Amino acid sequence: MSHLPVLIPITLLLSAFLIPLAGYVKRDFAFAIASVGAFLAFAFSLAGLLMVLSQGEIRYHLGGWAPPIGIEYVLDALSAFMAAVVTLIGLVVLIYSRRSVLHEVPLRVVPLYALAMLLLAGLVGIIVTGDLFNLFVFLEISSLSAYALMAIGDDRAPVASFRYLILGSIAGSFYVLGVGFLYFSTGSLNMADVAQRLPALYQSRAVAAAAIFIFIALGLKMALFPLHLWLPDVYTYAPSAVTALIAPIMTKVSAYVLIRMLLTVFQPAYLRDLLPMTSIIGWLAAAGVLYGSVMAIAQNDFRRMLAYSSISQIGYIGIGIGLANPLGLIGALLHILNHAFMKACLFLVAGSIRFRTGRWKVSSFAGLGRKMPWTMAAFTVSALSMVGIPPAAGFFSKWYLLLGSIDAGNWFLVAVILASSLLTAVYFIRVLEQIYASHANEESAPMKASDPPPSMLLPTLLLGAGLLILGLFNSAIVTHILNIVVLPLHRPGS
Amino acid sequence: MTHAAEMYFSFTPLLAVLVSPAAAILILLSSQKPNLRETWTVIAAVCKFALVSSMVAPVLAGQYPAITLFDIAPGISLALKADPLGVSFALSASLLWIFTSFYSIGYMRALAEHSQTRYFASFAICLSATMGIALAANLLTFLIFYEILTIATYPLVIHKETAEAISAGRKYLAFLLVAGGALLLAVAVTLMAAGTLNFAAGGYLSPAMGRGPLLGLFILFLVGVGAKAGLMPLHSWLPSAMVAPTPVSALLHAVAVVKAGVFGFARIVGYVFGPSLTADIGGATLVGVLAGATIVVASLLAMAQDNLKRRLAYSTIGHLSYIILGTVLLTPVGWLGGLFHITTHAAMKITLFFCAGAIYAKTGRENISEMDGIGKQMPLTMAAFTVGALGLAGLPPVGGFLSKWFLAQGTLASGHPLLLAVLLLSGLLNAGYFFPIVVRAYFRPSKHFERFDEALPSMLIPLLLTAAFAVLLGIYPDGIFHFYSLSAEAALGVVARGAP
Repeated sequence: MSHLPVLIPITLLLSAFLIPLAGYVKRDFAFAIASVGAFLAFAFSLAGLLMVLSQGEIRYHLGGWAPPIGIEYVLDALSAFMAAVVTLIGLVVLIYSRRSVLHEVPLRVVPLYALAMLLLAGLVGIIVTGDLFNLFVFLEISSLSAYALMAIGDDRAPVASFRYLILGSIAGSFYVLGVGFLYFSTGSLNMADVAQRLPALYQSRAVAAAAIFIFIALGLKMALFPLHLWLPDVYTYAPSAVTALIAPIMTKVSAYVLIRMLLTVFQPAYLRDLLPMTSIIGWLAAAGVLYGSVMAIAQNDFRRMLAYSSISQIGYIGIGIGLANPLGLIGALLHILNHAFMKACLFLVAGSIRFRTGRWKVSSFAGLGRKMPWTMAAFTVSALSMVGIPPAAGFFSKWYLLLGSIDAGNWFLVAVILASSLLTAVYFIRVLEQIYASHANEESAPMKASDPPPSMLLPTLLLGAGLLILGLFNSAIVTHILNIVVLPLHRPGS
Repeated sequence: MTHAAEMYFSFTPLLAVLVSPAAAILILLSSQKPNLRETWTVIAAVCKFALVSSMVAPVLAGQYPAITLFDIAPGISLALKADPLGVSFALSASLLWIFTSFYSIGYMRALAEHSQTRYFASFAICLSATMGIALAANLLTFLIFYEILTIATYPLVIHKETAEAISAGRKYLAFLLVAGGALLLAVAVTLMAAGTLNFAAGGYLSPAMGRGPLLGLFILFLVGVGAKAGLMPLHSWLPSAMVAPTPVSALLHAVAVVKAGVFGFARIVGYVFGPSLTADIGGATLVGVLAGATIVVASLLAMAQDNLKRRLAYSTIGHLSYIILGTVLLTPVGWLGGLFHITTHAAMKITLFFCAGAIYAKTGRENISEMDGIGKQMPLTMAAFTVGALGLAGLPPVGGFLSKWFLAQGTLASGHPLLLAVLLLSGLLNAGYFFPIVVRAYFRPSKHFERFDEALPSMLIPLLLTAAFAVLLGIYPDGIFHFYSLSAEAALGVVARGAP
């Protein structure tokens, strides 16, 4: 039996504990350990993904205890895919972070890296675990480290983080309540086991209550409209590197849990066909897509604009989940990947601008196109990808979502997806105009700036180039990975 | 078509697309060395044209070079195929790019323009996207290049970086991105309904979808390509975009970008819906009315413009609808006229824009009312202008006469004498808005333009050559590049199958 499923979170967890010790000796060790840990975790995830694709899912029994008594870790196409995405983005952002962290919060380097690894460990744990309660534990690990990470930063960061802490705790309690209901209905906490026992209990009110609690909890964690209120402040005031780490992956992992619930635990037969849960998610997501885009247009703070843009993009993922048909979910999963790349790239760009100029207001970006040509090239690619211009990756997630909406005959969602592309274009074109076609004004007095050092520039460019590669070769990902994931969604006989 | 067309594997279509992005990279890398930078543009233009023209002979022999790269979405490949329709468009765009390259270099240097690297790089990408549009073998490949073209043109529209240019850029994107959305939706619906996106001469959509939904889909496509094609009421971005440097207006806003719209329309009518379905669902009538109205209204609006480039822009809007009209006549001769007009209009309009740019670069004048007597200073330029104007009014021996002749036959063959009246009226209106310029230039006295002083040779020679090309198309339409045969072949390939 392969140990891969457990190796991924353990590696990250171990490095989280090593960092304070080594960092006590020398501050720079913290960064080194974090990078190595993240790299190993990514390598394990990638190996796991390849093994899953060639040999089928890997199940690991923690401590040798067989489920449903023991805790089980599962790498299947979905979890292996997500683990690879999360660890890859984590790795790239960590490599970038060194200079940015030293620049912005030089006194908190060691705790920051320890917490970042703890966060990644929690997120990866959520992904690989096959146990509902173990998931709660990892959810809390990731949340607590996220609160602390976000509180590092400028004066307003602790307050923003505190708000998130309150909402996050509510989400945590709701989740555990839901799991409690499930436990006393089915007598099990193992996902596969619960899934087997549930169909007999589909009429039970307790199961319906469990579903509702769990979904509210996950909606909060993934900032699904109207449960998004915590997000903009947190993304705005945290250190650049922290935002770049949290924004692309954390909300996505909650979306992953939602998909896991839909596919594995409750199954489509319940959430799609019996309770109208998925369609409610779809409608809320559609509202979020429009709300996020409109709010993003109104922002002058670049980071805040990106934060609202996240709310809108999470809506896309929600739309895919809401459609609950194969094409729609392929769109959602592909968007998890694509948006992780895009948002990471955009926040790295934001970090680089702050690193070189100390600015974050869009109106003060005039002339950056000439000063930081490579950074702005990466920005342009991710902006075009966000708008959905082919062949950048963002186009293709929209393409599958669009096909899924047409397949479902839901023309309202079709209209939302298309309209949101245009709204996204509005707020990104405005930035592009500033960067490339505006001349210095009072706000942007002539400044000396250049592309950041290679340790920051290369990760940014890697993500930008990645967007084109992911776009051109999305078909391989869809055919080999996502098509397997969405199999449970095919309706019998269709 | 007398022989069945066969496809054979070839890298040429791919290379024709990839030459200019490669050049764009080299251009960006040589931003500090203007002469080297401009060399890349010229080399790329010549290579591109050589590649495209090497495909003419096999295509006319019924052998279509094609290449299928990889799946860009499950079951849909990124694929290029050079058929007569595609090659004729690619050929005229790449031929005129050579002239435009030399002209651009002269123009940009004469005016000491800023950001020339960005300009030449964007230009190269635009041409690449145009080739991709022309040679796309399926709708998704078409859509990808279509959107790339939209974006790559944007930096050229806002080139001046003035408030006016930026607002023109916003207007441009507003129209074109909305249209792109409509096109995306249309492509997605087509895929869900028909299960394939591969172009097929004579169309592949089945009437089983129902008349109403098919008409809806047709309208989505129409919006998608109509905006680029300047079809009213989606035209108003084009006159605003004239704020771009003149070579951009010349090649992109008279040839590549706007023709990508009409070309796309021809693809959709001929290779997705097919002539008979287009007629059955009422699409032909709808577009016939819109195009007819566009022709007349645009010509009238052109008369009201004092700014020369804006007048040319409205004239372009009218002439683009000639081509659209030819397509929806759904007769072989109508198609022939429309497709041949893609090339003839390109040659004539690019000449006129080159003239406008030469005048601007030399004298700084943009308004027709300030050009009295300019024929004395720039007689060669104005002679070329006259040739273009005669052609657009449909007079022999310029190429415009021939395409219009075929179009007129097409209106009669399809039994729409009213459309013939529209064409004749438009010819008069064209004469009405172009000839006064010629008359002013040659016969009004002026104290400003006393002595002979033409623009730089790098601008003058291209415009004389394009004028000569326009005449050549009129007296020897098949020429050395077989533009006529390509159009005729494409027209027969589409309309012979499934004519209404």
